[in-house]
Amino acid sequence: MSASLDKVTQTLKEVIDAPIASYFESCVHCGLCAEACLFYTETGDPKYTPIHKVEPLRRVYEQEYTLLGRLKKMVGLSKPITHEELDQWQELVYDSCTLCGRCSLICPVGNDITYMVRKFREGMAVSGHVPDGIRGATKRTVEIGGPMGLKWPAVANVLKKAEEATGLPIPVDQAGVDYLVLLSSMEIVNYPEYIEALAKIFNKAGISFTLASDAFEATNAGIQIGASDIAKVIVTRIVDAAERLKVKYVLSPECGHAYTAIRWEGPNLIGRPYQFEVVHVLELLDGLRQKGVLKVKNKFKDPLILHDPCQIVRRGGVLQAPEALIREVAENFIPVADQQKWNWCCGGGGGASAIHTETAEALRAKVFQIKKRQIEDAGVGTMVTFCANCRIVMEEALDHYEMNTKLLGLTELLAEHLED
Amino acid sequence: MQGPLIDTLVRQGVSRRTFLKYCATLASMMALPPTAGRAMAEAMAASRRPSVIWLPFQECTGCTESITRSHSPTIEGMIFDMISLDYQETLMAAAGFQAEEALHNAMKDNFGKYLLIIDGSIPLGVDGAYSCIAGRSNLDLLKDAAKGAAAIVAMGSCASYGGIPKANPNPTGAVSVSDIIKDKPIVNIPGCPPIPVVMTGVLAHYLTFGSLPELDDKGRPKAFYGETIHDRCYRRPFYDQGKFAKTFDDEGARNGWCLFELGCKGPVTYNACATTKWNGGTSWPVESGHGCLGCSEPDFWDAGSFYKALSTPANPLKLAATATVVGAAAGVAVSFANRAKKDAAKKAHQPVTLADLEK
Amino acid sequence: MNDLQFLTWVRGPGLDIAVGIFVLGVLWRLFEIYSLGRKPDLAAPRHADGASGLHTVFRRSLPPHGMLKRSPVSYIGGYIFHIGLAIVVFGFAPHILLVKNLTGVSWPGLPSQFVDLAAVVTMAAMVVVLFDRFNKPVKRFLSTFEDWFTWAVTFLPVLTGWMAVQHLLLPYTLMLALHILSVEILLVVLPFTKLFHVFTLFGSRWFNGKANAHKGVPV
Repeated sequence: MSASLDKVTQTLKEVIDAPIASYFESCVHCGLCAEACLFYTETGDPKYTPIHKVEPLRRVYEQEYTLLGRLKKMVGLSKPITHEELDQWQELVYDSCTLCGRCSLICPVGNDITYMVRKFREGMAVSGHVPDGIRGATKRTVEIGGPMGLKWPAVANVLKKAEEATGLPIPVDQAGVDYLVLLSSMEIVNYPEYIEALAKIFNKAGISFTLASDAFEATNAGIQIGASDIAKVIVTRIVDAAERLKVKYVLSPECGHAYTAIRWEGPNLIGRPYQFEVVHVLELLDGLRQKGVLKVKNKFKDPLILHDPCQIVRRGGVLQAPEALIREVAENFIPVADQQKWNWCCGGGGGASAIHTETAEALRAKVFQIKKRQIEDAGVGTMVTFCANCRIVMEEALDHYEMNTKLLGLTELLAEHLED
Repeated sequence: MQGPLIDTLVRQGVSRRTFLKYCATLASMMALPPTAGRAMAEAMAASRRPSVIWLPFQECTGCTESITRSHSPTIEGMIFDMISLDYQETLMAAAGFQAEEALHNAMKDNFGKYLLIIDGSIPLGVDGAYSCIAGRSNLDLLKDAAKGAAAIVAMGSCASYGGIPKANPNPTGAVSVSDIIKDKPIVNIPGCPPIPVVMTGVLAHYLTFGSLPELDDKGRPKAFYGETIHDRCYRRPFYDQGKFAKTFDDEGARNGWCLFELGCKGPVTYNACATTKWNGGTSWPVESGHGCLGCSEPDFWDAGSFYKALSTPANPLKLAATATVVGAAAGVAVSFANRAKKDAAKKAHQPVTLADLEK
Repeated sequence: MNDLQFLTWVRGPGLDIAVGIFVLGVLWRLFEIYSLGRKPDLAAPRHADGASGLHTVFRRSLPPHGMLKRSPVSYIGGYIFHIGLAIVVFGFAPHILLVKNLTGVSWPGLPSQFVDLAAVVTMAAMVVVLFDRFNKPVKRFLSTFEDWFTWAVTFLPVLTGWMAVQHLLLPYTLMLALHILSVEILLVVLPFTKLFHVFTLFGSRWFNGKANAHKGVPV
């Protein structure tokens, strides 16, 4: 038992840096971060206050890196962390935090609490204080290739079907092309239309692309679970493939966490900058729109709202492209009060959607009420998003509340309305 | 010279009306009800002159100067005629054995009834050898004289609180009257020197009511020491407006602005200077352009510079330089320790594997 | 020890010690916190207007989108008491004189009646935020002894200062001494409690702003 607690403190000692120290020292317990967190606003339970979710991390910081903290620990004023405590915190760190980043946006002293949760997960992961669901997804990604246990032959099958449906070739392992296209298992299984849409758009824009048979999966469960070493193994597959195939760009799929993993965490995991650029599919599409390559016909008429996935927009920096694209394709786009970087999370990001315990699912359904209100307040029957994970989480929630809101993927919507 | 006081006054050409007016003024100054003026006048007019013994100890005679000289020929001076001042070295004509005899007789004849006035502090060092009268130490004299006193008036800051003789390092071991005498009513009239009217006011009160006036926690008559100089200062509006003289001859000083920044201790000094003024109402220190020294407060001599504003520390940043060095050194030491700890953690890093994710 | 001796001590050795501990503590803590360092971000940066560490340092002084409505007491109460403290601390003539004496820097003071009003408003706002801390489940849940303690340590200098000026309860000399003593306690505890946010909040905002600016998000 104590051996793995040592691992926790060793790991946390590695990840605690000046920003984390500064954040903890700045916190005045104002509790405003709770107001930014849908797990608090929808449940009213103070334990979901974001800064409280990193309390064990704070104590390790205090006990290891401050003189007074060491003193407090010596005289018993500051208790060392325990397994029981970490067990208790598992729910706060995984089930009820989607790393959505909203709290980091409002903290008056400027604390990036999301960053702290992400780092705290490193300590939770090494001691096994992780939800079974995310552990399973991580294992499958490492051992099989994707979080859903998808293997290449199944993917090849889907690609073949897409080729048949579009009549366009979908190259695999072809070197020297512009783009290496990544997918997320969720898309391959649930929304294969995405692949067809891409094929059509690339063809229209005259851009060469390929898929890699050994690096098709963009998502990175290692990051969600908080094990950088494992995340590195996963991201290295993509980097190796991209550099072997000498592509100029790697195209991140819509999926939010995949984008964060490959675009922002990847270089830091492998310890060097990439020799290629990572582009989110919406960035590519918006670029094409601006060049006039992406032209739509018969605009979508139903009134709709947009759900901005946290990891692409707020935490990913793709701020302008989504709205520009939705305005291009939809006639009745209705902006909501909390949009773009202020949008509310679907409730299932950061690996939460992989947790299938009863309580976690009930909690997800409960916090979806905030999205439900957004939809109802806007009075629309359609919501568009651009993250496969958001989409599946919200579809489950819509079923739960027996709502007949239609959920659409932005890339698909564009592909459907593309001028031939 | 014994007999009703009013007779004495009439002989000296003071009309009843003038006396009544004086009593009314005194009563209002001491915050007594208006009727008290008349009661005071009646009591004082009828009273027989009580015996007063004035013993000078370790002092500069400033208090006596203040009481006697500056008030003649005002009515306060005449009050001296209301009492039978049986012993006062500076004022009495007698000297040597004659003087000692007068003291001895007064103490004997009026035992238990006389008022004892003390000015000067009492030195305790070298068995009291620093100040002796007729071969007896002040301490001895005080203890002896206090036995038969109805009440004691500690006149001036030295008698009240030890005053300048007690200033650091207090070479004579000076103490105040109240440090020695614990079993008699004592009224402190601090000031260096004290205001004459305060003295006469206390005497009038004693003659009228047969008791000492109401005192504050420092043994001072509340009527005169109830408010600070700052509260009653005519320059107060400038303080409130933030207009301060910065030097003694700048424009602010010439315009009569507040002297706070020049070290005025008015805010922490309880005395009546601002209302009674000095020299028969001519002027007072602040009016003459100098800040209050706080001379009626205990240990005013050691309360930092006279010329440093109250809000400023006596010795700014004395430890700051050391603190900077120590703080930076401690910080750097902790930094190195922390970095070493973090590097060690990194060095000991074992790649996390899937097996680690299991509990 | 009489009132004036007490005042003389707090003005003299007391203040020296307090300022000494404050300076020592601040330096030590700043080193302790910021020497932990951070790794450079190796991902290719994305530029966006208004996204930088400095932008965030300033931007976070305003209530973020929708937050004023969600937590009006925190924001309005917080603004009033922070600004009020600044007025009282930096606008009152005797305080300016103290700074001038310590550093040589001075500026014109505010009328004492205005400072007086500011002190009353500040105390009222502080009482309101204290009540809010009792009242709001989240704030109460997060609160530790330190939160109540630091509130008191911040409140007392304002209260004693105001009471000294107003001549309430105790003689001015004693109240002034207590006022200075309460400030000394504040100086001593500041580097070692959450009050240290007066220094670290700039670093925190900057780190957050910088990390997110790297991704092109103005936060």
